Amino acid sequence: MILGIDVGGTHTDAVLLDGRKVVKKVKVLTNPEDLGSSLLEVTRELLEAVSPGEVTRAVLSTTISTNAIVQNKVSPVGMILANGPGIPPSLLAIDENSQFVSGYMSHRGIPVTPVNGREVEEVAGKLQIKGIEQVGIVSKFSSRNPRLELDIEKAAGSRFRHVSLGHRMSGNLNYPRRIATTFLNAATWEIFRQFVDVINAFMDSFEEKFPIYILKADGGTLEINQSVKYPAQTILSGPAASIMGILSLSDCGEDAIALDIGGTTTDIALFADGVPLLEPQGVTIEKHKTLIRGLRTKPIGVGGDSAVRYEQGSFVIGPERLGPAAAFGGPGPTPTDAIIVLGLAATGDRKKAEETLKPLAERAGLSLEAAAEEIFNGACRLISAAVSEMIEAVNNKPVYTIHELLEGRILKPKILHVVGGPAEAMAPRIGEILDCTVSIPPNAEVANAIGAALSRTTTELTVLADTEKQTLTFVEEGIQIPISSTFSREEARELCLDHLKKRALSFGAREEDLEMEITEDQSFNMIRGFTMTGRNIRIKAQVKPGLMADFGKGGPG
Amino acid sequence: MSDTRRTGLVFFPAFDWAISPTHPEREERLLYTQDQVFEEGLLDFENITEYKPGLATLDDVNRVHICVPEAARVATESHLISAGGAITAADKVLSGEVDNAFALVRPPGHHAMRVVHGARGFCNINIEAIMVEYIRKKFGRLKIAIVDTDCHHGDGTQDIFWHDPDTLFISVHQDGRTLYPGTGFPKETGGPNARGTTVNIPLPPGTSEEGFLFTLDNLILPILDEFKPDIIINSAGQDNHYSDPITNMNFTARGYAILNDRLRPHIAVLEGGYSVETALPYINVGIILAMAGIDYGYVKEPDYDPQKLKQDNDVTAYIERLIPGLHDQWKQQESLKARTLTVGSQEKRERSIYYDTDNIHEEQIETVRICEDCGGLLTIDSMASTGNRIFAVIVPGGGCPLCRKEGEGMFEATKSGSIYRYVYFQDTDRDTFITR
Repeated sequence: MILGIDVGGTHTDAVLLDGRKVVKKVKVLTNPEDLGSSLLEVTRELLEAVSPGEVTRAVLSTTISTNAIVQNKVSPVGMILANGPGIPPSLLAIDENSQFVSGYMSHRGIPVTPVNGREVEEVAGKLQIKGIEQVGIVSKFSSRNPRLELDIEKAAGSRFRHVSLGHRMSGNLNYPRRIATTFLNAATWEIFRQFVDVINAFMDSFEEKFPIYILKADGGTLEINQSVKYPAQTILSGPAASIMGILSLSDCGEDAIALDIGGTTTDIALFADGVPLLEPQGVTIEKHKTLIRGLRTKPIGVGGDSAVRYEQGSFVIGPERLGPAAAFGGPGPTPTDAIIVLGLAATGDRKKAEETLKPLAERAGLSLEAAAEEIFNGACRLISAAVSEMIEAVNNKPVYTIHELLEGRILKPKILHVVGGPAEAMAPRIGEILDCTVSIPPNAEVANAIGAALSRTTTELTVLADTEKQTLTFVEEGIQIPISSTFSREEARELCLDHLKKRALSFGAREEDLEMEITEDQSFNMIRGFTMTGRNIRIKAQVKPGLMADFGKGGPG
Repeated sequence: MSDTRRTGLVFFPAFDWAISPTHPEREERLLYTQDQVFEEGLLDFENITEYKPGLATLDDVNRVHICVPEAARVATESHLISAGGAITAADKVLSGEVDNAFALVRPPGHHAMRVVHGARGFCNINIEAIMVEYIRKKFGRLKIAIVDTDCHHGDGTQDIFWHDPDTLFISVHQDGRTLYPGTGFPKETGGPNARGTTVNIPLPPGTSEEGFLFTLDNLILPILDEFKPDIIINSAGQDNHYSDPITNMNFTARGYAILNDRLRPHIAVLEGGYSVETALPYINVGIILAMAGIDYGYVKEPDYDPQKLKQDNDVTAYIERLIPGLHDQWKQQESLKARTLTVGSQEKRERSIYYDTDNIHEEQIETVRICEDCGGLLTIDSMASTGNRIFAVIVPGGGCPLCRKEGEGMFEATKSGSIYRYVYFQDTDRDTFITR
């Protein structure tokens, strides 16, 4: 049996699953001061229905890192940055603890200027005097060659309790994002480590152990003790839990749209052949644009409780929420009130809903029914328009080859999965507008916990081979090995998949869940003066976000 | 950052296209530029937006070129995307979505002339010229200035706008006596109806930041001030760089950034530049930052050494003599126009054109009608070593009724078959293109 727990901002949801069957579900209010206590509370309750020996794994989705960042309860971090020429340092610094040192790596991963050990020691000393215990070390193009970061770590690392290295965060290029990601990782390390300690201590109280996983922003899981190295990967796992939940409840294997219609906002996600789409670069949290792999979601300010006004001849819906719907004792009209007036949902106080809409209807010169219809339609249209925009953005993403430009895959979702309070009432109309079949999955109220429970372990790996330099780099692992000048693209692919597998297993993946794919596969002939001098090979592979082998499409239901 | 500008970037490196397996115009050409642009995080700036290139149509090509035998045989998909990228950049600027835009696309186009029998100087179709005529088709007959900062003379663009009084073409390049295509001398100032709107600035080998910026400040910017174009286009070749393998200049990434900052082009379009690893990544970052109004003061090549790149005194002296002379020549353009022939008469231009990339020779006789009201009716008799001899009648953009009427008559009277394999009629304003 599997435990799935989602510690959300308001509620902590937990499920005990036997196969796909929900044996028990628990919902408690989250204690924002002590997330660990909410977690332990629901876990204890679930474990009343099963003995720990029968549990094969538990997966947690937690807002611990997210909250620490949003509420600015993170540790101060010293950033040691080898930036070299390019955009100005003022646009790279996180705060006054960002220190710039010499050292420059070229785009080909060739060190142009080495690290100056004495300068690094000096900078580290300054940070140490300030009482800083966590540092992030990031060099430009460290995802081409980690050398400078490793050299800086060697010169300064021992002075600090924790060091986050840029190249371990992501194999992608983008220096400002790599700096932000490394900063967040170092900044949340302490608070996340303490959280893991609490869980480990709790687990120690059981005779029989089971592995615990943490859900990441990309909808994949990571073994809890491994996750201590990568706390930044766990931010924004909440929306990922919902999306994975929809995936697990709907048997989605094709292009699809997922909507989570809440009170204030509606979250939109998209699937391509049943695989949730990822943010092209990485997630954004507060002001930080990062390289953290995350599921692509788009929130819009329309939900069941959005405030409705009548302005300049039309109804304006959202984006603010003033309180619950009038039918539930709230201050003013909302789409939920319109839904109740139209008889699309038999909840709340219908009379209050009618009363709150009446003045609006009069001002609009419409009957009560007609006004409710217009508000309801308006909310559905806003959501549909945002969905269309998101699909268009995905289909218009820049591509860099003629082949992709002319024959690129176009996302054409024909199925709409909807969860959330107003799902039953609004889904049919939205489906009509978007020309999609509608599905409302069962157990939707604990979709997030189910999603966390059933997600597989994911990771990615970038392999760069430069046959002119005769070097191969496993970027995220910070390892370089020599290769021959005849090293081929096929060999690079093989090596990449082989190491990806090892990497995933070390993160806690099960062999049978390793659905791997190559996501980038390029080889360029390097021409210098009408002669080919080598090949520049770039391979990226991932374990796709998805459900564990027995629970995906086609598995036993 | 109050003086930031909204900048559009159309980036299309065509990673699956090369002229031939070891040709400099190759898949790898913009690879390191992509790496540098991505690593610097330029696409994350709120004021920089990336756009996917559109596809230019054959009509867009036929508005500018006489392709032999037809546009579809000369312009492959890669060329239509490259031209389409330039068009996308123009659309975003002219619709007001952005303040300026950079089409970082390949293959290039500025050696492609009006008549196209094949590829020359790595170019098949002229992507800037196609963009210019697209702009006029969609947004009206604007006054446009093209400043070609490629190290090679932009002979194709010069040819296309030779007779167009509404297009100012300024080319600054390495002296044609020392570099392909061997043209672009000060005496080349435009056709009889557009005298002065072509300006050629041949700079000596070894010209450095100093010389380029002197030329910009003392000649190019003053001429632009006087011409008062609605739109400024930078034909942004990047082979003036000190590390370029096929040229002999000493320009820098910083220099390109300053140039774009002062020139303030509405649209920049990549042309040549084959120092793909040591120049292009840094130049392109510099240009993008400069266009977007972001501090480019920290942009430099890893091996940048101002001492090594210091301009020789004799080069400086040469440029300081050349530039005032060219400015005087520009100012005399009105009197040059007055010396032209009687209205209604014809002037001929006979040329041999070599297509180095495809090894084709062309003999061409171009005849223009002297006209005070438009660029003048143009006819071209062209014979190529491919065996194709063609005749083209061209009513220019903004063409006057008299030139159009005469042109229609000439097209009627010229038969294909015996002498000419193909006869073409092009009327830019009406978007008419007929092949016979």
